[in-house]
Amino acid sequence: MQMDGTSSAKLILENGSEFDGVSFGFSRSAAGEVVFNTGMVGYAESLTDPSYRGQILVFTYPLIGNYGIPADKIIDGISSVFESGSVRVDGVVVSGYSANHSHWNSAGSLGEWLIAHEVPAISGVDTRRLTRLLRESGTMPGKILFPGGDIPFRNPNEDNLVEGAGVSEPVVYERSSPRVVLVDCGCKHNILRSLLERDVTVKRVPWNYDFADEPCDGVILSNGPGDPKMCGAAVENVKKAMGHDIPVFGICLGNQILGLAAGGSTYKLKFGHRSQNQPCLEVGGARCHITSQNHGYAVDTRTLPAGWEPWFINANDGTNEGIRHRSRPFMSVQFHPEASPGPVDTGFLFDMFLERLG
Amino acid sequence: MSMKPKKVIILGSSALKIGEAGEFDYSGSQAIKALKEEGIRTILVNPNIATIQTSEGLPDRVYFLPVNAHFVGGVIEKERPDGILLGFGGQTALNCGVALHRNGILHKYRVRVLGTPIQVIRDTEDRKRFVSKLAEAGIETPRSEAVGSVEEAVKVASGIGYPVMLRIAYALGGLGSGICKSAEEVRERASRALAHTEQVLVEEYLEGWKEVEYEVVRDRFDNCVTVCNMENFDPMGIHTGESIVIAPSQTLSNREYHMLRDLSIRAVRHLGVVGECNIQFALDPFSENYRVIEVNARLSRSSALASKATGYPLAFIAAKLGLGYSLTELPNKVTGKTKVCFEPALDYVVVKMPRWDMKKFRNVSLQLGSGMKSVGEVMSIGRSFEEALQKALRMLEIGVDGIVANSNMRLLDDLDEELGHPTDRRIFFIPAALKQGYTVDRLHELTHIDRWFLHKIEHIVEVEGRLSRTAGHACPRDLLLEAKRAGFSDIQISRLLGKSEDEVRESRRNLGILPVIKQIDTLAAEYPAGTNYLYLTYNGDEDDVEFSGETRPVIVLGSGAYRIGSSVEFDWCCVNAVSTLRKLGRSTIVINYNPETVSTDYDECDRLYFDELSFETVIEICKRERPGGVIVSMGGQIPNNLAVRLAGAGVEILGTSARCVDNAEDRHKFSKLLDDLGVDQPEWNELESREEAIEFARRVGYPVLVRPSYVLSGAAMSVASNDTELIRYLERAVEISRDYPIVITKFIENAKEIELDAVARHGELVIDAISEHVEYAGVHSGDATIVLPPQRTYLETTRRVKLIARKIARALEIHGPFNIQFVARDNAVLVIECNLRASRSFPFVSKICGTNYIDVATRVMAGAEIPDQFPSVFDLEYVGVKAPQFSFTRLEGADPTLGVEMASTGEVGCLGDDFEEAFLKALLSVGYKLPVKNILLSTGPIESKAEFLANARMLVEMGMNLYATGGTANFLRGTGIETSELHWPLDKESPNTLEFISEGKIDLVINIPKNYQEEELTNDYLIRRAAVDYGVPLLTDLQLARRFVEALSNKTLEDLQIKSWGEYL
Repeated sequence: MQMDGTSSAKLILENGSEFDGVSFGFSRSAAGEVVFNTGMVGYAESLTDPSYRGQILVFTYPLIGNYGIPADKIIDGISSVFESGSVRVDGVVVSGYSANHSHWNSAGSLGEWLIAHEVPAISGVDTRRLTRLLRESGTMPGKILFPGGDIPFRNPNEDNLVEGAGVSEPVVYERSSPRVVLVDCGCKHNILRSLLERDVTVKRVPWNYDFADEPCDGVILSNGPGDPKMCGAAVENVKKAMGHDIPVFGICLGNQILGLAAGGSTYKLKFGHRSQNQPCLEVGGARCHITSQNHGYAVDTRTLPAGWEPWFINANDGTNEGIRHRSRPFMSVQFHPEASPGPVDTGFLFDMFLERLG
Repeated sequence: MSMKPKKVIILGSSALKIGEAGEFDYSGSQAIKALKEEGIRTILVNPNIATIQTSEGLPDRVYFLPVNAHFVGGVIEKERPDGILLGFGGQTALNCGVALHRNGILHKYRVRVLGTPIQVIRDTEDRKRFVSKLAEAGIETPRSEAVGSVEEAVKVASGIGYPVMLRIAYALGGLGSGICKSAEEVRERASRALAHTEQVLVEEYLEGWKEVEYEVVRDRFDNCVTVCNMENFDPMGIHTGESIVIAPSQTLSNREYHMLRDLSIRAVRHLGVVGECNIQFALDPFSENYRVIEVNARLSRSSALASKATGYPLAFIAAKLGLGYSLTELPNKVTGKTKVCFEPALDYVVVKMPRWDMKKFRNVSLQLGSGMKSVGEVMSIGRSFEEALQKALRMLEIGVDGIVANSNMRLLDDLDEELGHPTDRRIFFIPAALKQGYTVDRLHELTHIDRWFLHKIEHIVEVEGRLSRTAGHACPRDLLLEAKRAGFSDIQISRLLGKSEDEVRESRRNLGILPVIKQIDTLAAEYPAGTNYLYLTYNGDEDDVEFSGETRPVIVLGSGAYRIGSSVEFDWCCVNAVSTLRKLGRSTIVINYNPETVSTDYDECDRLYFDELSFETVIEICKRERPGGVIVSMGGQIPNNLAVRLAGAGVEILGTSARCVDNAEDRHKFSKLLDDLGVDQPEWNELESREEAIEFARRVGYPVLVRPSYVLSGAAMSVASNDTELIRYLERAVEISRDYPIVITKFIENAKEIELDAVARHGELVIDAISEHVEYAGVHSGDATIVLPPQRTYLETTRRVKLIARKIARALEIHGPFNIQFVARDNAVLVIECNLRASRSFPFVSKICGTNYIDVATRVMAGAEIPDQFPSVFDLEYVGVKAPQFSFTRLEGADPTLGVEMASTGEVGCLGDDFEEAFLKALLSVGYKLPVKNILLSTGPIESKAEFLANARMLVEMGMNLYATGGTANFLRGTGIETSELHWPLDKESPNTLEFISEGKIDLVINIPKNYQEEELTNDYLIRRAAVDYGVPLLTDLQLARRFVEALSNKTLEDLQIKSWGEYL
């Protein structure tokens, strides 16, 4: 949809597919891994989720920008409304963009916000065609190009994306007990908010921080971008903590790190899970939870050593959605109990973990 | 599974009425399919004979009986089921279930309620219990109090502060609910409401709040998911059935969406629903404050919409959950790979639009509010809001081509008034106001409609402006593409560019601007899906499906929105046609857009296009699919009207040729044909001037029937008895359609009306059924009580009817279904109408006769074998009676009389060993009540007073108490019949008719109008209206009243047998 005052741009995939569109973000070409998310709300939360680092995010829901972007306040390094302090994707692709937004707490349009954060975005793309292609061929490198220049493709998974995704120095949020260490691999701020709401004292540490000697009641491994195998230091630190029987709870990338620390392995999914409607079955129970997800890698449960068991599995494709130790206090989930965006149904897992800390 | 029952009784929702329509045919059919799959025997009670659920091959046994405790109790006693489903037949079924629980029948016969327990139903239905239940879970509801008296209501209202909302417990579709701005209004509304119910609720009024709904399913293991959320375009204050609805919500943030989602799940879990549940919220547009407005622990109109909007079969799943299954066990049939324990992700937007038919009713208030008046709905699918919105408006078939660029649309009214006090036309005033310079903010202030929606409409107006500015030049490709993406049809564009529709289409195609076909797959393409559920969009550049071009499928065009005159009966025809085609091994495609239907269930056909039935859309589909033929004769008038153009475009029409359809549809051609055949017809003429009209009317003799030759929607037919009336109607007709002449027809009084439904093959009659109307000609055939086989028609008349049918079939080379309507007086037979398509009465005739006329017709059209002979209707050893269902209760102010305009919203069909048994069952099914003790008579003009005399005597002999108005009382007294005289309403004297009606002292009102069409607010009108408002059965037709009295004198309730359909055949 060419409109006055807008410039054309296109998305090109590594396999040569091209999608014409119109820019509504920052006018600069960008490359990354092209992934899709099927959530129908929560674009602001998704775009600020550090797990999308290095990626160009495609929204399958065709109307994006409807309720604008709320004003943010950062207190103690925690955003009041977003999942981090900035937009973390490298590009945005939508079908229909609503420049005219409407919401009581909106402070500006999505486009203005993306321009302020220097993130390119294009609309007018047949995102369903694009999604079908990614589903069939798997996620792949792609780039948003503006007329008059080209840039190379980039596979972000070759980099250690966790480096720089979270804090570089420890930060302590003094509350009541218990006291937990939060390993920040690119932690969504709602994990922090979920813990602080429960009056937990949190020490938020960099992804490779050695917390073996930290006085704490438990360790939480956050979500984060990229390939878990890049997080060797974190895996080693978790192994040490487990050696001391410190309770561990992993979320998303944290699930994969715990899996690796337990001695298992991980693999890349064809196109990952990025959505708010993933059903996860509790192994051995009749309960199924609707969860919010954003991951491209999974734990291969066949490689888990004795003593470990799958905790949740995906009801759609049977992939692992959580693991736990049969007798010791180590557990993790592949989905996001902190939601944001998405359903809040599994928020009880925080309570469950915190109860174990006594 | 140990808890699986062996035999289950399912309650239907009876006749279609406002607030309870086709959605329950869809829900019930799904439930039956779900149970059959388990090997459970299914017994259905539903007198709605036009439904698909009451068809052969669906339930194991069907009872065409009233859905009330008496009859269902009888069925339970006879059938001894071990389970019952209450959630699939709307409020009617739920109320009946609660009654059966209360009177101990369910307990006595050990019938288990499957799914949501009775206790939970009562918790959601009784407002007081509902509010306290939700409060237990910390969930907010509007401030509200239940009261039992008018004075109490006023007291509570002043406590809450005006305006307040008045609601009725146990009400469907917000019946009798309304906003009251003063104590006086509370008094008026409460006293009327308390006539229907013992409890009225006075609530805080949440004007301007957003209205959002969630559809929730929960299994007995406490797994709970929300399948769909929907946002109303029209905020609080307008009933959700009257609102434009968008799925998913558009203006809710992640926090709001998931807050309400979480609340829905908490509420459903706390209440203990097992199966499906609808929950409605009000959401403050300036904060995260919310209120739960309503919970419906059953399938609903919204759940049918949600099923179609998402592809998630809610009713089917709800039935399975009622049997004890878990959500994690049941497969998602759309993907074939995943389970139903998930929440659909949509990658398109859905718009539901209500269809009103206000012009069909006299005196009705056009204002929209918290009560429901719409008679049907459409659903459109697009990948932009603008696209879906404009599609939906076209789908309404009210003569508009979208939100802008319409012809003949005059919007010169007071804009502020129209926007602030919405009527059925409000949507069109938004672009009109924008063009007048209103800002989005100003519009928001007036309407409370969210600015996001208004901005999208502003975009449409802006595109319209740019298109019209290029008129006379070549339209640039980008602009044309943008227009198509914003939902403009080729007609709209042609009007703006000053070109013809064909020119626009050709240049569009030359520019390569074509719609793409996308699938609805429940998971936004995340998983591969072999789904056949499709729609068209211009917001895309690749088709999801392939077109082999080898299957040469047959396309069956559906019937569109349910509206007065075209409803579930045509869906029955479409579904049966498809089913026969599939049996014949043909690949089938359905095009339709009505979310309430079974035909839009994607497992009924090989491919479902949920899209427009416009020429533009159908031809785009034909170009891809290259069908072996298109069937236009099953979906009523909408597809029938496409016949000529489709044939002209080279599409093969299966059935009677388009040329012959045109010969029947064109009044002049058809009339000439009848003359050539020597078949009589009432005298008629097409006239342009008043003088000509009066001259013609005087020549043929009054009364005459007046109508415009071309009508957009809500026709304007009237019967004039003299010059004055004729002139008045002519003026009105001109107002409606200035550019078309008026048709005047001689109206034949006191004549019988006879219908013939038939199938012909290459012009030869194959099978036919003749039925008669109880009412004399002058009552629209859709409002008539129809009897099959005829009981009071001369043999000679039926012989002539058949002879004429043969002649017409031959002359028009009919090849498929058709229907002819006749009037007969003495032995003269005149043709008044002929349709070369399936008619409204095909399901009735098929089910009474035990021969599926649509199956026969479809076989004929597909060139397949049919039997050599069919049993004759005259050999039937039982009688079928079809009776209309009216929805006047909901149509505030409407005059509940019968006339040449159809006013009924639904129908039932019942069987009996004789006419009277079938007749009484049918009337009881549409709201008449037995026993009757006190009757109010005003029997109209002297001729009808005299004609009714014998019947009045019968009433006396039965020991009834007769009350009558002045003239009638005098007349009866003169013949020695005792009556108590009551004063006319306007006399304001006691004892007064209104007082007796409102105090429940009258069980039946017989009020025969004096002429064909009374416009004024007369005494008679006030009596009729009071009867409707206070729920007292009303008879306004003399013949119908006479038959009813005769039936009462010969039969009691106990004489009406509990016999299933199969036991009659």
